[in-house]
Amino acid sequence: MAIHIPNKPETAYIVRLADNALILGQRLSEMCGHAPEMELDIALTNFALDLIGQANLLYEHALNLETLASNVDEFALTRSLDDYHNCLLVAQPNVDFAHIIVRQYFFSTFQKTQYEALLGSNDKTLAAIAEKSLKEIAYQIRLAHGWMLRLGDGTEESRARMVDALDCLWRYTGELFEKDSTLSALIKSGASADFTLEYKNWQSEMMKTFSQAGDLQAPDILQMLSGGHDGQHDENLGHILKGMQYMQLKYPGLQW
Amino acid sequence: MSDKNWFLYEVFIRSKNGLSHKHAGSVHASDTETALLSARDLYTRRGEAASLWIIKSSDIIASDPKDDSELFDPSDDKIYRHPTFYSVPNGVKNM
Repeated sequence: MAIHIPNKPETAYIVRLADNALILGQRLSEMCGHAPEMELDIALTNFALDLIGQANLLYEHALNLETLASNVDEFALTRSLDDYHNCLLVAQPNVDFAHIIVRQYFFSTFQKTQYEALLGSNDKTLAAIAEKSLKEIAYQIRLAHGWMLRLGDGTEESRARMVDALDCLWRYTGELFEKDSTLSALIKSGASADFTLEYKNWQSEMMKTFSQAGDLQAPDILQMLSGGHDGQHDENLGHILKGMQYMQLKYPGLQW
Repeated sequence: MSDKNWFLYEVFIRSKNGLSHKHAGSVHASDTETALLSARDLYTRRGEAASLWIIKSSDIIASDPKDDSELFDPSDDKIYRHPTFYSVPNGVKNM
């Protein structure tokens, strides 16, 4: 069966949430066996499992709302690049542990805001998935926040790596709070609250963490980068899909 | 792991209310917060815990194995200290 793209805004939005979780989960799973310490290896792999679990629930829900593919695996793992609607942030590479932590901290704190806006959704399944996920997200924020402070306020080298990570990743945070026509439709229909109103609060929270983390500064960015929600991705997602899709394309119908 | 900034911590898990904490293993960490989170990640993945204790391994005071004979051997022949002469009432679960 061919893959169909979502017609309804709600399905499109759920796919966006699922793609965010899947792609970051896949990125983190690359660290299995490669983290700086064995304890952190398990921590990052747990995050990957949490996120892929969230993605699975969301894809299942999306496929119940609309016939997008014959099953979740086919939909999650065989679309072409521009049919993925994750934000650009989640596909950014695992340059070093500082990049991994900064990316996780940005994403998890954003995801908390985004999922809290779903708790009062008129889509009860979506609200239940958000409620379950928020427990995992709270833990991810706790771990990432601790490492933000430890690395930012750590050694000369750890601080330099944090500065580099902020320089690279801050520009992808504007996209997280963009209100496009899909999100607007959900807000109008009562499926989500308008979390984009929290953008300023989120930024203040980040600034507070930066100042606690050895007085790090948000870099001066001329322009935030976006496009992921519309399927316009940089080369990083292509590299992820190459590995992630290999088995499913080689053996169509493969069940995980 | 040999880094001087990474310490060894012992992990104790209580699996449910009413039981006592039991030693589960150890983790390496740079401070108590990371030790607690690492212990959560390593030892409670399958719903093992209702509570966690962490203690720095160097803070544990252990008996010296060469003192075993004076510390532990004297209790070997005092069988009357065991409750084996009593029957355990039905309904007592954790004893």
